[in-house]
Amino acid sequence: MYPQDYKFSKEHEWVKVDGDAAVIGISDYAQKHLGDVVYVDLPAVGTKLAAHQTIGSIESVKAVSEIFSPVSGEVIETNAGLTDAPETVNQDPHGQGWILKLKMADKGDLNALMNAADYEKYLEGLEH
Amino acid sequence: MSYIALSDQDKKEMLARLGVSSVEELFGCLPEGSRLRRDLDLPSAMSEPELLGHMDAVAGRNTYGRHRSFLGGGAYHHYIPAVVDSLSARTEFLTPYTPYQPEVSQGTLQVIFEYQTLICRLTGMDIANASLYDGASAAAEAALMARRLTGRSRILVARSLHPQYRETVRTLTRNLGLAVEEVGFGGDGGLNPEELRAKTGPDVCGLIVQSPNFFGVVEDLAACAAAVHESKGLLIVSVAEALSLGILEAPGKLGADIVCGEAQSFGIPPSFGGPGLGFMGCKKEFLRQLPGRICGLTKDVEGRRGFVLTLSTREQHIRREKATSNICSNQGWCALRATIYLESAGQNGLRDIALQNVRKAAYAAGRLAAVGGVRLRFTGKTFNEFVLQLPKDAAAAAAALRAKGILAGLELAPFYPELPGTLLVCVTEVRSKEEIDGLAAALEEVLR
Repeated sequence: MYPQDYKFSKEHEWVKVDGDAAVIGISDYAQKHLGDVVYVDLPAVGTKLAAHQTIGSIESVKAVSEIFSPVSGEVIETNAGLTDAPETVNQDPHGQGWILKLKMADKGDLNALMNAADYEKYLEGLEH
Repeated sequence: MSYIALSDQDKKEMLARLGVSSVEELFGCLPEGSRLRRDLDLPSAMSEPELLGHMDAVAGRNTYGRHRSFLGGGAYHHYIPAVVDSLSARTEFLTPYTPYQPEVSQGTLQVIFEYQTLICRLTGMDIANASLYDGASAAAEAALMARRLTGRSRILVARSLHPQYRETVRTLTRNLGLAVEEVGFGGDGGLNPEELRAKTGPDVCGLIVQSPNFFGVVEDLAACAAAVHESKGLLIVSVAEALSLGILEAPGKLGADIVCGEAQSFGIPPSFGGPGLGFMGCKKEFLRQLPGRICGLTKDVEGRRGFVLTLSTREQHIRREKATSNICSNQGWCALRATIYLESAGQNGLRDIALQNVRKAAYAAGRLAAVGGVRLRFTGKTFNEFVLQLPKDAAAAAAALRAKGILAGLELAPFYPELPGTLLVCVTEVRSKEEIDGLAAALEEVLR
């Protein structure tokens, strides 16, 4: 159920590599636990991020959670659609609910992330 | 919530439910070495008549009401209609706690919502919070908000902004990498437009300008907006005399992005300099950076209208160090009084009161400037305060007038060394023509 070509972080962000760019979002597990998303706080285009640095935050009716960048790079695009329709994160977390696009600074960052199978195993561990 | 003391029977039942035989047993977990085991060192209780006598004696040291006051400078003496005291004293309003449980706080929350609505209407802003402590901290919160919104490192403040507001802005922005720079005033008493244009730039968050300013002069807010917006900074308008909003154009219509200030003029006595009532509002797009409590309108599960504190993720009890501010309170009871004051005056009534202020102050300015050796220091248009230039030591003149039972005004030299021999005089609707004539006569006598 998790896209086979995506990479995942322990903080439940996913990365889809697109050439030199990385598209980033949060996983289905994360959106389920957050509840209905009401607001996504996005960084400005041009912001330089290190791996594990806070990108912004997602606010649901229950809580606010920080989003961490799984890889380092520079923000080249943010999902403007989330301003008017933040619920897209709940409806399609791996697709239309993408959060931002980064120009990767170091592709080596991807090695620290899990593939879909490892991520699902990781989630099973959390449920206990 | 009503308060009824516990009876011995109540206590017995509670102790029984807890499974203990005495209240002392509840403290059994405390180490013996930390128990005080004696009475506190306090004087013995007074009887009710003794206590009243004691409070009378202490209150008797107040001189309030024994002097005719022409003092302003951020705290204003306006008439408070009886309805404000009688309604705000109702226990349903006086005793409830913070409205975090909307199911038992609909009355409180409705008042807050009405208050926010009134502030929006008066200031021309889209959103207002449930109030802040006072005008000074409101100005500081606005500075911090402008910094969060723009990410810039300098903020300009008018020198004609209340001295204590400026000091509070500096205090609350210290160590945050925000440089606070003043923009001076001109001969008209208003912000110097050339100096403003020279000091704005792409590294400036914005400008905090007070209107009417500390000298009572009404600023050209549209010009300030144009200068600041050119480099995409924000215009923050501070209003220390909220009553002026009854007649002056709403700052929002003149280009303000954030409007903040002091609403003590709405039904709160000046007392000993507090409590105050800070207000703050902003344009829609800045909503998530607005500090303070915000009350919203919603529907309950049965579709009925309801009110609730909302957008709590801005606040520190949710967001901790990432919150917009550390404030998670509001001046509830003062905001209630302001709401009653405004709703009983109504739009027309408020305008009426404001007009009386303008007229009486204008009359006073004319009478006082006619006194030999006295002149108006600034040429700008004023609301209910103006600055007099005296021919000699203002402190001595003020002291002599105080001896005659008149508090003639605030000496400005301690706050503005560049304005020696000046007095800030305030005339509100509570002063009569006779009292103003009396001040003019007394001033003439004192200066002879």
